Amino acid sequence: MTEEIIIAGFGGQGVLSMGKILAYSGIMQDKEVSWMPSYGPEMRGGTANVTVIVSDERVCSPILNAFDTAVILNQQSLDKFESKVKPGGYLLYDPNGITHNPTRKDIHIYSIEGAQLASDMGNAKVFNMIILGAFLKIRPIIDNKNVEEGLRHSLPERAHKLIPLNMQAVQVGMDNVKEA
Amino acid sequence: MSEITLQDIIQPENLVYEKSKLLTDKRFHYCPGCGHGTVHRIIAEVIEELGIDEETIGIAPVGCAVMAYDYFDVDFQEAAHGRAPALATGIKRVWPNKVVFTYQGDGDLAAIGTAETIHACNRGENITMIFVNNGIYGMTGGQMAPTTLEGMKTATTPYGRKPQWEDGTPNNGFPLQITKLVAQLPGTRFVTRQAVYDAAKVRNCKKAIKKAFQNQMENKNGVNFVEIVSNCNSNWKMSAVDANKWLQENMLPVYPLGDIKDNFELINK
Amino acid sequence: MGELKLMKGNEALAEAAIRYGADAYFGYPITPQSEVIEYLSEQNPYERTGMVVLQAESEVAAINMIYAAGAAGKRVMTSSSSPGISLKQEGITYIAGAEIPCVYADVVRGGPGLGTIQPSQADYFQACKGGGHGDYHQIVLAPASVQEMADFVALGFDLAFQYRIATCILSDGAIGQMMEKVVLPDQKPRMTEEEIKAKYPWATTGRKRGTPHRIITSLDLDSNRMEQHNRHLQEKYKEIAEKETRFEEIQCDDAEYVIVAYGSSARIAQKTIQLGRAEGMKIGLLRPITLWPFPTKAIEALIAKGVKGFLSLELSCGQMIEDVKLACNGRAKAEHFGRVGGIIHTPEEVLEAMKKQIIGE
Repeated sequence: MTEEIIIAGFGGQGVLSMGKILAYSGIMQDKEVSWMPSYGPEMRGGTANVTVIVSDERVCSPILNAFDTAVILNQQSLDKFESKVKPGGYLLYDPNGITHNPTRKDIHIYSIEGAQLASDMGNAKVFNMIILGAFLKIRPIIDNKNVEEGLRHSLPERAHKLIPLNMQAVQVGMDNVKEA
Repeated sequence: MSEITLQDIIQPENLVYEKSKLLTDKRFHYCPGCGHGTVHRIIAEVIEELGIDEETIGIAPVGCAVMAYDYFDVDFQEAAHGRAPALATGIKRVWPNKVVFTYQGDGDLAAIGTAETIHACNRGENITMIFVNNGIYGMTGGQMAPTTLEGMKTATTPYGRKPQWEDGTPNNGFPLQITKLVAQLPGTRFVTRQAVYDAAKVRNCKKAIKKAFQNQMENKNGVNFVEIVSNCNSNWKMSAVDANKWLQENMLPVYPLGDIKDNFELINK
Repeated sequence: MGELKLMKGNEALAEAAIRYGADAYFGYPITPQSEVIEYLSEQNPYERTGMVVLQAESEVAAINMIYAAGAAGKRVMTSSSSPGISLKQEGITYIAGAEIPCVYADVVRGGPGLGTIQPSQADYFQACKGGGHGDYHQIVLAPASVQEMADFVALGFDLAFQYRIATCILSDGAIGQMMEKVVLPDQKPRMTEEEIKAKYPWATTGRKRGTPHRIITSLDLDSNRMEQHNRHLQEKYKEIAEKETRFEEIQCDDAEYVIVAYGSSARIAQKTIQLGRAEGMKIGLLRPITLWPFPTKAIEALIAKGVKGFLSLELSCGQMIEDVKLACNGRAKAEHFGRVGGIIHTPEEVLEAMKKQIIGE
């Protein structure tokens, strides 16, 4: 099994930390992982993306031109990465702020109202965990208990009290992802 | 009356002066009449008197004093041109209990090494910096230094240093007041300007250098910066005596002697 | 022993330096390796081990701090990326001349000039052929994973002090920025003053009365002595080449064709080999771990075993290929394939290059 994922959105949406939690969760499931951010001169508001690879084998290149799954959180990222999904692959997106919907017919397209659901939960910070839940629903590559372990490893000690809330958000994501 | 032989003279009771034990027997390569020899002697005497020869690490520059390490019987490192304050920082940060000093000329400290000088001073490294300013590049053969006086002739200002052309466009720039500049920085503890052209000045200079080492030993921070206005009779193309006279008449009005900053306080004159 | 973590290559390098018992890090920020000094500053190793971390005013100052602290017997490290390493060349050649042990990491980005902040392997020449002036070498270690970023800190320091030489850890933006699993070593204590004085009598730690003073310099105006010094350096380099050349061979036993690749490129090459083997091609990978000394003898041995051609795979326009060709010396085909500008080759295009340039169809 090798799953090559791009997660892309605005800086500040928790793109990088979602990738890190996914990668740590992969380790907890005894997978090989890599996490490779785009690193550019933009510090705020620009696009942020991270490539995460979860695999049974040693990861070869951490930088990829095509992906099994794209997790898309803004229009710019959709414009940039829709075409980079491998045929038969998956595209998960949050329709919030999207004006031109994805058009490809040769891939599986799912949507998740992440921003809305986070707002419903009363905590905008769990947005990225809702997205992670939605991703894991359509690509069940990691067990929930390992996601929880991954959170424990990637969050600082002082934030561990937030793990139940984060796992709740994962569940909300899993329950609300829809085929588009 | 029998003739006095050399052996009669070389007797302990006749001893009035001796070379510091911390100067090696290596013969100085400095020109006769140059200030470097005197400054070396003062530093060696100060280290000896303070009893810190087992703790001292000196840093030699690029310039006439490039081989200063041959003359001092203490551990020494030779720096790339201008980098002595960075070396001093490197040593002092990992060996805070050692006594670290740099020995630099005007080109080294105030031209190519300006960044290292300013930033070591600004960080307030607990080091001693000895700055010998003779307003010219000695070793490379008498080119313009940042501290070269206006109108002064050098190999690269053969018609005299001209800071600006007549219409005001920039040319060679102005004599750099690096010592005044570092005195403005919060990281300098003691900043002073001295000379060694006569016995009284040598005595004053020794007091200043001793203080610059003692401060380092007694404190945890603050650069102790001693400028010595000196001559370069060879490249000034004068006799040693004339050079010292020229120094007093021309250098001192631009670089007046005295303490500029003490215990982190600027001294108002 | 060991603690499993998910870390960036840059962070693993920094953490490994703390755990090795390094005495100081002097550096200057530059993308894509600023995490090294940021991580160290955040960890505050002065509290953990007494290790000093200082942001210098420039790369030039940082390398000269390394020169001096290394010459005073301390284990010190700096890091930078290509443009910053160009600035450090002054210090690096003085370090070579004065024989000062130290470790510096180069997280390479694309050039020339400011170039790009994306990964590159275009500084092979600079690292291996002497980026500064004079006849000199340094040991160049090429990590291909975050784990090796950590492991090569200890190896780098050990080699640096054994031979009184600089060790360069030559990675790239991909290895520096990516996170992977890494097993970290246990904390080692820093050396004491007594240990340093006993172990490194050449170091300027303050000379004992009655013993000769120590001079650290790269200058000697006596031509005969300078020639001797240069000969001595070359003898040392020869000894290092004989004893310290390191490489990894993957599926080379029955290989007819071999990819030579280091660092990031070696990881791509591994995938290419899987693809090629699936098509029935007998291809293998030679991964130099030391770029200097280069594993010339490994290539010679492969030729002796019947390898017919080598593809030098690099993120450059062709630099290591020169060493591959020298090793082949006309006895086997050697060609270069590379992508530049921050683009990383795909395993598929490498396989195509292998077929076209080496195997020939």
